Amino acid sequence: MSGFPILTTLTVLPLVGAAIALLSGRHARAVALLTALTSLALALVVWTHLPANGAMAMVEQHMWAPSLGIEYHLGVDGLGALMVVLSALVTLMSVDAANRVHHQPGLYFGLVLTLESGLFGSFTALNFFHWFLFWELGLIPAFFLIKLWGGARRGPAATQFFIYTMAGSVALLVAFLAVFVSTGSMDFGRLTFLASTGELEQMVTAHLGPVMLWLAIGVLAGFAVKVPMIPFHTWLPAAYAEAPSPVTMLLTGAMSKMGVYGLLRIAIPLFGPQIARMRTPLLALAVATVVMGAWAAAAQKDLKRVFAYLSVNHLGYCLLGIFALAIPAAGAAASAAADQAAALDGVILQMFNHGLTAASLFWFVAMIQQRTGGHRGIDQFGGLRKPAPVLAGLMGIALFSSLGLPGLNQFVGEFLIFRGVFPLAWVAATVSVLGLLVTAAVILTVIQKVFNGPVAKHCEGFPDLHHDERLAVIPAIGLMLLLGILPQLILNSVNPTVVNLLAHWRF
Amino acid sequence: MLAWTIYLSFAGALAEALLPKGRNALARWLALGVAAAGLALAVMGFVAGMGPNPGGRVLIVDVPWVPSMGIHFLLAADGISRVLVLLTGLAAVAGVLFSWNIDLRTNEFFAFFLALIGGVYGVFLSFDLFLLFVFYEVAIVPKYFLIAIWGSTRREYAAMKLALFSFAGSAMVLVGLLAAYATAGSHSTGLVALAHAGLPASFQMWCFPLVFTGFAILAGMWPFHTWAPTGHVAAPTAASMLLAGVVMKLGAYGCLRVAIALFPRGLDPWGFSLAGIGSWRDVFAVLAVVGIVYGALVALVQTDFKFVIGYSSVSHMGFVLLGLVTLNQIGMTGAVLQMFSHGIIAGLLFAIVGRIVYERTHTRQFAELETMHLFKRLPFAAWAFVIAGMASMGLPGFSGFVAELQVLVGAWMVNPWWVAAAGVGIVVGVAYTWRALQKAFFSDALPSAHVLEQEHFHPFAAITWPEVTGVALLAGVSLFVGLYPRILLDQIEPAVKALLAGGAQ
Repeated sequence: MSGFPILTTLTVLPLVGAAIALLSGRHARAVALLTALTSLALALVVWTHLPANGAMAMVEQHMWAPSLGIEYHLGVDGLGALMVVLSALVTLMSVDAANRVHHQPGLYFGLVLTLESGLFGSFTALNFFHWFLFWELGLIPAFFLIKLWGGARRGPAATQFFIYTMAGSVALLVAFLAVFVSTGSMDFGRLTFLASTGELEQMVTAHLGPVMLWLAIGVLAGFAVKVPMIPFHTWLPAAYAEAPSPVTMLLTGAMSKMGVYGLLRIAIPLFGPQIARMRTPLLALAVATVVMGAWAAAAQKDLKRVFAYLSVNHLGYCLLGIFALAIPAAGAAASAAADQAAALDGVILQMFNHGLTAASLFWFVAMIQQRTGGHRGIDQFGGLRKPAPVLAGLMGIALFSSLGLPGLNQFVGEFLIFRGVFPLAWVAATVSVLGLLVTAAVILTVIQKVFNGPVAKHCEGFPDLHHDERLAVIPAIGLMLLLGILPQLILNSVNPTVVNLLAHWRF
Repeated sequence: MLAWTIYLSFAGALAEALLPKGRNALARWLALGVAAAGLALAVMGFVAGMGPNPGGRVLIVDVPWVPSMGIHFLLAADGISRVLVLLTGLAAVAGVLFSWNIDLRTNEFFAFFLALIGGVYGVFLSFDLFLLFVFYEVAIVPKYFLIAIWGSTRREYAAMKLALFSFAGSAMVLVGLLAAYATAGSHSTGLVALAHAGLPASFQMWCFPLVFTGFAILAGMWPFHTWAPTGHVAAPTAASMLLAGVVMKLGAYGCLRVAIALFPRGLDPWGFSLAGIGSWRDVFAVLAVVGIVYGALVALVQTDFKFVIGYSSVSHMGFVLLGLVTLNQIGMTGAVLQMFSHGIIAGLLFAIVGRIVYERTHTRQFAELETMHLFKRLPFAAWAFVIAGMASMGLPGFSGFVAELQVLVGAWMVNPWWVAAAGVGIVVGVAYTWRALQKAFFSDALPSAHVLEQEHFHPFAAITWPEVTGVALLAGVSLFVGLYPRILLDQIEPAVKALLAGGAQ
């Protein structure tokens, strides 16, 4: 395997698939399915070949534009590889869910595959330029997928999505420009090293004065939009609701992880001390994201908006875990290292599990919409479990996974986050528990209103999942069960990376 | 070899002028052949320049012309010249492709077109001041006729304004050059000889702003930019492509090759400062930054599609000027790369707006375009504009990103406040491109019954092969350079280094 540029292959493959899909009209979905399957296989090859020490593997490094510190530098550790697998998985699910694209299918699947390439590229990049290229490459197709195939109010939703993300990107770019001017490097590894010795702050301060805190704020804002963190989330409900459900799967399942990943790969390693200094307000925002996301979900009447706000809530736990572990080394208790590791393990696990569960939930919404001709109000259904027991059962598992039921995948991540955060920031953890309670209430309400009770009139002839759909959904549900019982399938590879990351971070 | 680009273009222009009337197809193919041959020569010259001494200066021709005054017909090329010659070749081919539908006096159109191209090649390859000035003037004349005869909106006014601004700039340049020649007393007008003539600092101090401003007028420096938007809008598509694509670069090239290289001491501090401005360098940097922000803001409120692109050129050229006055390696490299990048991208934008869209819709007003459902009816134009717009916004992966990034880094090393202001220009740049894209192609306004009927009974003319080829050529080049900037940077960097070492700092 050494020498073969597997990560480049992985990134380019969807682009090739996109070009073919673009030209193959009606057969575009088949091309996309094939591409997504191959990508997933490649991603799993990457995942299974990670080294045991959690260091960067499969590194490719070439000169690109030396005068700008730009290198073609790729590599994955447990975190990156897990996100690559998640992206491949969610893309496959999304392509499979999009079986009713009649309007320009070639373009649709071409854009979806381009988006996949953007995801792969940004999860494997180790140089800012390269990373930024793919970060933007993900943004453009997402915009057009919303704009051209979305619901009734897709125009404003797409524009809002674009403007928010673009503003975030500009903030990131400016911050990195400042870092580059001061250090002459755009390489994540090199900058992480400089930050861990404290040189980064000295160099930036020497060149530009005391701006380090502002740069940290700029970078945080760029990622906070993508995750999103309250109060940068206002683009999300409209975008998730108006996007076609398969696209929402991609947005929440994979693209939102770009933000969390950016925090872990860029913001924390480079701006650890600054984030530690802002820890209290950041924790407050994370808690607000958890609690208000859940509360907002409780107020929604539209299934997609409910799940959109639940996504805000669930990613809030990731933010909580990340900001909680940013404690200045001087004030830390001796046991802090174990807590930090637990929290970070939880965060990474939660990224994957939320991606899987949220994408599945929107997948079910897509199926329900297809059957009812677009209905998705919570109150428009009732008693679906009678005409469609299989759909109700499988979606029920996904819903309980989202609720955080022990034995299902999402429980483990949330448990580890709380296990790590309690000793590190007990107030924030305690208040966040409120979010768990409200989430449970919201999900039970959804189950109650949609699946139980008397069968609504127009739901009487509601067809259950047919063979193809079962075949597609059952592996995803099976994976939720499997990861709920055997989280070490992921943790075994993630844990060395967590240890490795924490060793290089300085707060 | 590169010298043949000049001779060939002028020969082509002559042949076009002599062509009998009515042979339009022949005129087109002849023009395309000449432009393509020029491009081939430019590429060969560029590749030859990548040899053991990349970016180094190579003498092409040196024959005495007016011996009594030390004037030589002196052509040479360094990395900067070769990159800009390549740009000219690309713009020429694309310009011919997008002029394929010209039926009015076709052969004359291409005669002026090729004469303009020949003049531009000449400027980029001249290393004799007098010769450079001659080519510079030669390029202005055909521009006037292209706009006045084949133009649209207020073409006489625009053509006259352009000519007056150009000649005013030329006059300033000429005065400066004559003064330099007289002061140097070296009896040579060679650029290299003059640069080594040891012109006194006090002389450079007044001659530099004169010459720089004279050239910068043609580069669209605020507040002398007003010819640019009106000229761009009035010009026929190919002429606006050339105007924004290469003619504005003539001005910027003059600023670099003549003003900065000959009068480097003119950039030194005055010894006192007014409101933070302590040298001509600060003055021009501030003007450049104002141009970046002002051009972008004005583009944001235009109601005419082509004016948006016209003002965006003012904004993007501001980056070139800002990069030039950073006087450091990275900023000036960025400026040269931005010249190339903007030439390609502006050409593409003007081609889409002026040729692909306007020739079919016969309007450029957003209010009317909004109701036309262009995304459905002209999907090719819509996607081409998406790509061109992304490139123009400076998204990574396109040439503009690398260029503007280098300019910003270079400027940051000198004065971070310039970067902060220019950053505002970038954000507004995203906004106006975005607004134009939405309004022109992706409007959600429901089509009226009248439009639906038109859509059904009067479909737009199909996209022709020259249009597809031209878009693919320009978009492909911008993408390729964006992904692999070293192909140009390897030639630009040593040339800029040599220029800086030659006394620029």
